[in-house]
Amino acid sequence: MGDFIVNTAWEQKQMCEAIGVEKPSDLFNGLPEDVRLTEPLNIPEGKSEAEVLSLIEDMAEQNKVFRTCFRGAGAYRHYIPAIVKNVTAKDEFKTAYTPYQPEMSQGILQSIFEYQTMICEMTGMDVSNASLYDGASAAAEAVMMCRDRKRKTIYVSETVNPRMREVIMTYATAAGAKVETVPACSDNTTDLEKLESLLAEDKEAACFLLQEPNYFGRLEEPQIAEKIVHEAGAKFIMACDPISLAVLKSPGEYGADAAVGEGQPLGLPLGAGGPYIGFLAAKQDMMRKLPGRIVGETTDHDGNRAYVLTLQAREQHIRREKASSNVCSNEALCALTASVYMAAMGADGMAQVAQMSAGAAHALRDALVEAGMEDVTGGEFFNEFITASKVPAEKIEQACLEKGILSGLPLDENRMLWCATEVNTPEEVAKVAAIVKELAEGGAQ
Amino acid sequence: MKLIFERGGEGHRSDFLPKNAFPAVEFEERFQRTEKPALPEVNEVEIAQHYTQLAKQAFGVSNGMYPLGSCTMKYNPKVNEEAASLKGFTDVHPLQPAETMQGVAAMYATLEKYLLEITGMDHVTFQPAAGAHGEFTGLQLIQAYHRARGDEKRTKIIVPDSAHGTNPASATMCGYQVVNVPSNEKGGIDIDLLKEAVGEDTAGLMLTNPNTLGIFDENIEEITSIIHEAGGLCYYDGANLNAVMGIARPGDMGFDVMHMNLHKTFSTPHGGGGPGSGPVACKEFLQEFLPGRQVVCEEGKFRFARQPKTIGSVTAFDGNALVVLRALAYVLTLGREGIPQAAENAVLNANYMRVGLQDVMDVPYDGPCMHEFVASAKTIKKETGVAALDIAKGMIDCEMHPPTIYFPLIVDEAMMFEPTETESKESIDRAVEAIKGICAKAYKDPEELHNAPHHAPIGRPDEVTAARHPVVRYEVKEEE
Repeated sequence: MGDFIVNTAWEQKQMCEAIGVEKPSDLFNGLPEDVRLTEPLNIPEGKSEAEVLSLIEDMAEQNKVFRTCFRGAGAYRHYIPAIVKNVTAKDEFKTAYTPYQPEMSQGILQSIFEYQTMICEMTGMDVSNASLYDGASAAAEAVMMCRDRKRKTIYVSETVNPRMREVIMTYATAAGAKVETVPACSDNTTDLEKLESLLAEDKEAACFLLQEPNYFGRLEEPQIAEKIVHEAGAKFIMACDPISLAVLKSPGEYGADAAVGEGQPLGLPLGAGGPYIGFLAAKQDMMRKLPGRIVGETTDHDGNRAYVLTLQAREQHIRREKASSNVCSNEALCALTASVYMAAMGADGMAQVAQMSAGAAHALRDALVEAGMEDVTGGEFFNEFITASKVPAEKIEQACLEKGILSGLPLDENRMLWCATEVNTPEEVAKVAAIVKELAEGGAQ
Repeated sequence: MKLIFERGGEGHRSDFLPKNAFPAVEFEERFQRTEKPALPEVNEVEIAQHYTQLAKQAFGVSNGMYPLGSCTMKYNPKVNEEAASLKGFTDVHPLQPAETMQGVAAMYATLEKYLLEITGMDHVTFQPAAGAHGEFTGLQLIQAYHRARGDEKRTKIIVPDSAHGTNPASATMCGYQVVNVPSNEKGGIDIDLLKEAVGEDTAGLMLTNPNTLGIFDENIEEITSIIHEAGGLCYYDGANLNAVMGIARPGDMGFDVMHMNLHKTFSTPHGGGGPGSGPVACKEFLQEFLPGRQVVCEEGKFRFARQPKTIGSVTAFDGNALVVLRALAYVLTLGREGIPQAAENAVLNANYMRVGLQDVMDVPYDGPCMHEFVASAKTIKKETGVAALDIAKGMIDCEMHPPTIYFPLIVDEAMMFEPTETESKESIDRAVEAIKGICAKAYKDPEELHNAPHHAPIGRPDEVTAARHPVVRYEVKEEE
């Protein structure tokens, strides 16, 4: 058994003497008898490090790791440079907590300041917070921050990732906030005419959330949406895949008020769903409404450049029940990961990742259509698209699994959401197309 | 220190990827980005050097003593990191079919079983990503329970004045009105005032026990039954679970729902502010409202299932899986004997430090504490002008992390120490000697402490200017 307790029994005895008790357990004498456990916990005895690792390795072996993966839908497999893992493994970063003491935390504060700057550059925004839990919860915080006494209704496009929409609904339901879903057109983009008519009738519209590229991979018409939303006096928020922003127009260029998204593609492993990182950035005028930590630059008393946690008057430890959000712990180490990733790739490297991902996805689409599937994406897409097929989606998924391939995600009986990134190869594309072709030719029984 | 944007130069870069094997995609012009993001232009060598230098200006548990009260900065075992770097976990897509992620399901199911035994609860969700996120989730279970019964009049959450700031903030996020209840002279909840505060509008109570003063509320059973009799539910903030794990269980104290902080109690690293994990455990009758999906075991196989009246989801997937995995490694390592031993030693260390400091500082709540205690610099400040902040800055010069200061709010000049079980007697002795030295200096040379730290990379930063004229990003582009 390991216990990570340094003190020996002898040292513990000396400490008890100094305190004036006989043994450590006497310190619990103030607890009411009724609530004290009388039996040991019913969990296994402690194990050695070797045994623990062996047990967890057994569990790891019960997971299938797919070397060929065509699934995204909110979590993306990208290449992670070795330097990224090396930096974030450093104990000075990993074992610290929130930098409450700036004099001994400049390294962490500066790394967050650099992260904020990089996120602002990618999104075209003025201010970013230090991170939130994941893209979905960050989107929920983003729409909630747009509400005020006069403007209460949250509008969300139906083409936003359904998981993100569910988290928004959950946050809104808790707070008693109204959420309206703006329906999708048949080409899998947002029905902007409908958006316009909905907003025209609602004086209380707080914001509209549009995802670009949307859940189905489609490129939307943010420049039209922006005009509609701003004419209605509401805030325009865009949810984005940060990789796509290396080549696609940024929320800032579209005139959005805030940008939000899942930062996992920036150097974080799939990790069975977490930890990930939600980024949230906004224009200057929304700075004091942002939830979460923000690092600012200042000087020390000798005039040296210094970094501190700032604008804390927004936060729960100062404002308590009047705080803009309850965020305390965030995803700082994941923010560091994202920074190192963006620094390592650079703007050109990220554009290369984006180009290769889009290239692989378009080649995959062509190959699947060639193999007998129908492209039902509805128009221009980035690195995800939808197919329909007479062969049931689950059957295709199963056939791929048998060949060690993780297929696109079944959306319903016949439609699948496919994704490709820079790690996919022409051989993999050919392989999955061959599986689909065989099934299609075998008939749709 | 140079910013990473100030390093490198035009054309500096590294290549990590092969040439694009696919034809390039031309997006329509209206979709194309026109302004290239001004990311750093650095080579891998420059990156390695930059972050190694930044690391030198950071301080973690592995650097030295970190008695930051309420944050449980215990040692982060390295076996946890080894476990969390196994490809069989890091490379699993969260939307893989259940039969291809049986190990992930086994991880959740195993830790769930252990945590339920430790807390005395019946069900758990791992979806919340941090403690405050857990509070928000737990309160929603309470809200869903009342709403499902058509009991719409319960609009208030009772929170003691010693509570963490996240408690009232979480209640507000659920649309609740917060009722603050003052503490009594022993640091516990004032029972009479609690009785006055409850009523048919009480949705529930949020409580940390031991509380932020490090005191276990001896009236805990009476407190939870007062709430229950009024028709409310009891929420346990598990921030201080480290004091009592394996000794007493929130489920036995009358709590209905709670969160744990895996990054505190269960040794996963704090990461400079996160990621954490804040699983929420509840009693049987709240299970139907749990968010996300739960692992179900049938005939030796795991599958995932949603609850009928679920509140929805608070994160996109199942939770911070790789943090959960680290916590599992920890519980497996400590096991049945190790869990209560950790609590005992945490309490022993805190009391040892408390008696060491009580000659030089005020300790307003006398008697044995749990895993943390609150000292006060009130007398020192009155006599010398040296405040809790100055003492904290003096500690930085002694190469240790200061405690939590100015919290809880009910103690003047508060300094909240939590040494955790993984500090040695020797390091506590050293810390006590150092703080005694600082207190002595307060009487001899207060000015030196007002200007501390003297040996840190920077002196005290100007936080007022930072907030008044916020500079929150580097301006990469030069205006020409």
